[in-house]
Amino acid sequence: MADRAGVKRVVNRTVEALLPLLAVPVAFLIGAVMLAALGANPLEAYGAMLQGAFGDKSGITQTLVKATPLLLVGLGVCIAFRGGVINIGGEGQIIIGALGATALSIGFRDMPGWFLLPMSLIIGALAGAVWGGIPGVLKAKLGVNEILSTVMMNAIAVQFSNYLLRGPMIDPKEIEQGTRIAQSALLPKSVWLTRLVPQTLLHSGAILALILAVLVYIFLWRTTIGYRIRAVGLNRDAARYAGIRVPFYQALALILGGGFAGLAGAVEVMGVQHRMMENLASGYGFSGIVAALFGSLHPLGSIPASVLFGGLLVGADKMQRAVQVPSSLIDALLGLVVLFVVGSQIWSRWRARRRETHG
Amino acid sequence: MKSTLSRMLALVMLVAILAAGCAPAAATPAPEAVSTVFKVAIVMPSSITDMAFSQSMFEGLKKVQAEMGGESAMEIAYSENLFKVPDAAAAIRDYADKGYNLVIAHGSQYGTSLEQVAPDFPNTAFAWGTSVDTFQASGINNVFAYQAEAQQGGYVLGTIAALMSKTGIIGETGPVDAGDAKLYIEGFQKGAEAAKPGTTVSVTYTGSFSDVSLMATAAETHIAAGADMLTGSSQSVVGAIGVAKDKGVYWFGTQWDQTSLAPEAVLASQVYDWSGIIKDMIDSVQKGVMGGKAYTLTFKNGGLVISYNSAITVPAEVKAAADAAIAGINDGTIVP
Amino acid sequence: MDELFKLPVLLGILYSGIRLATPYLFAAVGETFAQRSGVLNLGVEGIMLMGAYSGFYVGMKSGNVWLGLLAAALVGILMGLLMSVISITMQAEQGISGIGLHLFGLGLSSLLFKTTLGSVESINGFKPVRIPILADIPYVGEVLFNHNLLVYAAFLLVPLSAWFLSKTTFGLKIRAVGQNPQAADTLGVNVIAVRYFCVCLGGMLAGIAGASLSIALINLFQENMTNGMGFIAVALVYFGGWKPYGVLAGALLFSFVNAFQLWVQVLGIKIPSDFAIMMPYVLTILALAFATKRAQQPAALTKPFERGEN
Repeated sequence: MADRAGVKRVVNRTVEALLPLLAVPVAFLIGAVMLAALGANPLEAYGAMLQGAFGDKSGITQTLVKATPLLLVGLGVCIAFRGGVINIGGEGQIIIGALGATALSIGFRDMPGWFLLPMSLIIGALAGAVWGGIPGVLKAKLGVNEILSTVMMNAIAVQFSNYLLRGPMIDPKEIEQGTRIAQSALLPKSVWLTRLVPQTLLHSGAILALILAVLVYIFLWRTTIGYRIRAVGLNRDAARYAGIRVPFYQALALILGGGFAGLAGAVEVMGVQHRMMENLASGYGFSGIVAALFGSLHPLGSIPASVLFGGLLVGADKMQRAVQVPSSLIDALLGLVVLFVVGSQIWSRWRARRRETHG
Repeated sequence: MKSTLSRMLALVMLVAILAAGCAPAAATPAPEAVSTVFKVAIVMPSSITDMAFSQSMFEGLKKVQAEMGGESAMEIAYSENLFKVPDAAAAIRDYADKGYNLVIAHGSQYGTSLEQVAPDFPNTAFAWGTSVDTFQASGINNVFAYQAEAQQGGYVLGTIAALMSKTGIIGETGPVDAGDAKLYIEGFQKGAEAAKPGTTVSVTYTGSFSDVSLMATAAETHIAAGADMLTGSSQSVVGAIGVAKDKGVYWFGTQWDQTSLAPEAVLASQVYDWSGIIKDMIDSVQKGVMGGKAYTLTFKNGGLVISYNSAITVPAEVKAAADAAIAGINDGTIVP
Repeated sequence: MDELFKLPVLLGILYSGIRLATPYLFAAVGETFAQRSGVLNLGVEGIMLMGAYSGFYVGMKSGNVWLGLLAAALVGILMGLLMSVISITMQAEQGISGIGLHLFGLGLSSLLFKTTLGSVESINGFKPVRIPILADIPYVGEVLFNHNLLVYAAFLLVPLSAWFLSKTTFGLKIRAVGQNPQAADTLGVNVIAVRYFCVCLGGMLAGIAGASLSIALINLFQENMTNGMGFIAVALVYFGGWKPYGVLAGALLFSFVNAFQLWVQVLGIKIPSDFAIMMPYVLTILALAFATKRAQQPAALTKPFERGEN
């Protein structure tokens, strides 16, 4: 009997876990209709998508390159959401973090790499933390809603970056050649993150992100500060009653969230681009939220979720090239996948609840 | 629920990887029969219908395609709106991998990525712009570079604007004070001031390549400040052109012929005609030269064209002044 | 600096600010309804794009801008309905479903544009309507009372919505549903229906906001032409403390400062353009931080409702 109950539990859990997946084919089915309407073969398109994201060395490494900033931003989102605050300022924090790392590593390019590389990462994270901290402090001290301030801070970061990249931080070569493209000089080679697989972009930032995911898990569930952040997020009033300083921990959650996004920016310039340029963040700040929520706002859940979402982004681009459909189809398709997956989580929730009530 | 979800995701990945591992054959295209089709792929930061930078290149490609004899002679594949550089890098590598003869990275921000991809595909030719660097200094020989002397057309259009203006005030509006937009806007300013000393040229930037609404407001503001001649750069100027039409002032376009948007307001445009450059690149590649040349669009080589709107009469003496400016630029007496 | 405070400049700011504020007003007042009922819709941007496209397409093909406006409103309702099903019935996390809706609208509007139009074209949109007598007031008359109908409608929407929310029974129900859905439910209010109504109304207004750009203010459609306005509109709801008049104050502040910074550039005042462009964003944060009284957000905002809970 005990065995049968055990089997039943496993079956139940598996069914619950798989239910939201039923939504993905529905989204892709709608996508298939759109593809067919555009004169492309849906099977060929989806084949290219899967193959593109996970099918070979180039696909898998590209997916992991994408997953790295998604995971880092996602970790920050986990902390913020667990603390009951919504950080949609990832875009701006990535930009500021990248600017910080770029400025430091170019400014002190003669320093030895063993010192400059970690310092650049730290400065990137700190810069992001400051950018996330401003909404945090405004919320704690003055009650300014963080959705408003983070939206505005995103726009301010873009303009600040425009200013630096066309003025003080512009690549001197751009002025020499008269092309005046708004981008920084190349970072010194000493701060380039090691490429893990030759001839691909996969860099050691991916490992850093993995380690941090474990650390964030430990931080949130095994430390007092982490416990308090979660307590504030779970029930503000109860936390206050228990003597926890709610505004402080909410500000802290936003600061940490900003720090992780800033680190994502630093990792992106040091690992992938090797220079700061316009549109560096474009989209990771928002996609990171999606990745974190697909991972149920759990740092460890965010790992597979980032890889999956990264694969979706990489595969979708591959599909565009394979069947030559407008890239806007990809956005629409991704939107549908997001909508259907979040929408369908209700089925597993219902089953879980029924199981609890009916034993 | 939380942990089951993450477990579910791990499962999905596993399934996805397995599925991909089992069925790669279906997705790999069958090896192409050897043919004489010249295959060009282009990767662009904005859309092929942006009325500006990307459209000018795409239409250039189509023009060359038509001249070469249609799709049987030249094949064009494109990926647009790739403002994320890593995505563009993946696209560049992918097209090279698929055997395209010429892969064009149409954005200066793609340079760093191209420098990394190009050495891996010595039998593929690459081109990028706007830039003047072919990376030959770093030992790479299969990259062409191209750029437009945007300031040349700016100078000529500025000349026309200053001579046509009744108020003596001209408004310019750009996205970000950098790159091609900066060159164009400064050239325009110079041309206007040279043609009619004392002309006021004021400049605004909106900080975005796609903020159509703020671009429209910028145009309104210039007009309220007395401007009767307007110009601007980037795909967002379509907003400003509409305002010019409504308020009855003239507009000068750049990068692409914008007349179709407002036939009553667009007086002239500087058009980037990339077809000459594209043809030369294709010729080179067919002769086995895969890169190393840096091209520039100028009036002299026919890459820059001033396209007048036939629906608006431009006084002969103004046209003459414009032609004189072009001649001056061509013989080097005028440096815009 | 003196030249900034001359009459033509001030009138110019007033005129441009009113026009700039129009789409924000439609979208943000619509979002106010959704949030007052307890639903955070982050997908406003995507709905605006769909509204802008459908308004333009129908307006151009039929040659009738009113039909375009109707199409935009209907498409907005449909998008709102999609959001409602996912967020209310399926009880999805609202932050994420909104981002999904945004991506969907962004992609679909561009895709439709590419397949049905293919190139940027302009349209003869709503014409300015000069209000007799009022428009003859010296100086400000022309600036305030010579706009297209959608501009007037956006500003009339504010008192109308304020009255609706605070004075009508249905408005009371909306507020109750957003504040304490369980209590409202026991009093016989159909929580789900009220939320559906509010999100769809918000969707309709977001669709009209998009159309106000494509067939009234700018008179063309371009991919991603809203460029983040939808997110600013959501932020303005927080600025306005979930009150239509507060939203109006926020929209006007943001738009006037935006119009002002363009004048700063036009007049050649020597500050880097990037800092000028930052002004509206910085000032909006500062204004909320130091100048206004903070309102409490609807207690049930972002919380899905299920009967029999608690």
